[in-house]
Amino acid sequence: MSVAGLVCSLCGERFPVSAQYVCTECFGPLEVAYDWEAVRQRLTSEPFPCHTSSLWRYRALLPVNEIPPNDLGAGFTPLHPAERLAKEIGLEELWIKNDTVNPSYSFKDRVVALAVATAQQMGIPVVACASTGNLASALAAHAARAGLPAYLFVPADLEPEKILGAAVYGPHIIGVKGTYDDVNRLCIQIADRYGWGFVNINLRPFYAEGSKTLAFETVEQLGWDLPDHVVVPAAGGSLATKIAKGFQELLDLGLVFGERPRVSIAQAAGCAPIVRAWEAGLDHVEPVRPQTIARSLAIGNPADGVLALKTIRETGGAAAAVTDEEIIEGIRLLARTEGIFAETAGGVTVAALRKLVAQGHIRPDERTVLYITGNGYKTVSALEGQASAPPVVEPRLADFERWYATHSSAQAVELRPAGFPAASQGGVHPCPE
Amino acid sequence: MPRVIIPSLLQAVTDGAREVTAEGETVGQALASLTQRYPAAESRLFQEDGALRPHVNLFVNDEDIRFLGGLDTPVGENDEILIIPAMAGGA
Ligand SMILES: Cc1ncc(COP(=O)(O)O)c(C=O)c1O
Ligand SMILES: [Zn+2]
Repeated sequence: MSVAGLVCSLCGERFPVSAQYVCTECFGPLEVAYDWEAVRQRLTSEPFPCHTSSLWRYRALLPVNEIPPNDLGAGFTPLHPAERLAKEIGLEELWIKNDTVNPSYSFKDRVVALAVATAQQMGIPVVACASTGNLASALAAHAARAGLPAYLFVPADLEPEKILGAAVYGPHIIGVKGTYDDVNRLCIQIADRYGWGFVNINLRPFYAEGSKTLAFETVEQLGWDLPDHVVVPAAGGSLATKIAKGFQELLDLGLVFGERPRVSIAQAAGCAPIVRAWEAGLDHVEPVRPQTIARSLAIGNPADGVLALKTIRETGGAAAAVTDEEIIEGIRLLARTEGIFAETAGGVTVAALRKLVAQGHIRPDERTVLYITGNGYKTVSALEGQASAPPVVEPRLADFERWYATHSSAQAVELRPAGFPAASQGGVHPCPE
Repeated sequence: MPRVIIPSLLQAVTDGAREVTAEGETVGQALASLTQRYPAAESRLFQEDGALRPHVNLFVNDEDIRFLGGLDTPVGENDEILIIPAMAGGA
């Protein structure tokens, strides 16, 4: 077992492994501490198994060392070269990590996979979470597969498609009046009173480690090489912090060489507490009241805001906030140029990338990776009114041709059978012979 | 007098009390009366320079004191002060 215990990320106090998440000395958040000697040994005898095409490929660097029997297979999503988007934005080399294709269609499957496996190892009989939607559906899916009862607490006014995307798996869903921060405060009190495994509260040290796999996969998919710069959407700030940690661990273990990638974060202007703190040069984060269409990023009081700020500064990254109009434009730009339909959080990330390049925070020659973390079908209501109704024709060739002749953008496009698909990019690398 | 709700991680230093009736007219005064009664709570909640630890969040009747008047937020008879660790969570 490569887990040595839990350690306070503020004061360094150590604790044994349990569902404890806060330091009793200073209230600081706890993190998993590893026995790095054991990790190194494991890596020499059993490196990353190339036949495992899920995040469990990297289990040697995770707090759960065996693939759970009822796993859903999160992770190992494609890394696409994004030439058309790169050209629009003014970059030479851009890659998209497409995490919209996870089992429940967001990167939250990664963190939940770790949390549910941990709950099962600890014998915790009930799992729960506070969520703005994505986490709720990820937990509902994993709990269904593991046969565990799940209690999901969400803001009462959450988008109907997000509620449905969790309800279908049969969990208990409780709508709470107020914002996500109100939901979370209630859940902290419930976690304190009941012995439930709240994946993002008392199981958080284990949960959060799942996000490191986005860094591991990126490096492997780049041929065991590092990007120069990554852009990550931020809500609570854990994802950005853990992606940076993932790169650092590979560097520390000598599995990859080079400069630590710069980590920049993206937030919606209507909820940008981390961006504002970065701009103002603060080392604490002032809470805000969220008001944005990017509901999945609407956390006004980010738990890991301070750590995310530290990550940005230590890696030489930057931060950008974008308006709701820019978010919609970002969603459309990504879909139009790269064929990937992202939810509002993805629109935030694309729009922030554009802003960071325009402001000179990302240089055109930096090899950049964009993390697209949620699927567009989760937030279709945000796009209401964005697509005009298609023209309607009679089912007759002449009728079609009449329309086609007058169609303004009809160029001399020859209609012919679709060509052969190009070789697939990213995805699972073939095992060496 | 305001009531202070104690999280389980502090109950070790409040002799197991989950709720303490405090004295004072502000959040700061109420906490001072708490730490006077349970001196071991002092270093858990406050830094050496006397400032509140950054990961201690305080709410008065469910509102974050950072949206109110901070430690100077007035509290009265039926008010409830909630001490909790900085929001965990994450969508
Ligand atoms: C789609 C999506 N992207 C990014 C994030 C941000 O993650 P974090 O809260 O760890 O900053 C979230 C949720 O919080 C999310 O739902
Ligand atoms: Zn500590």
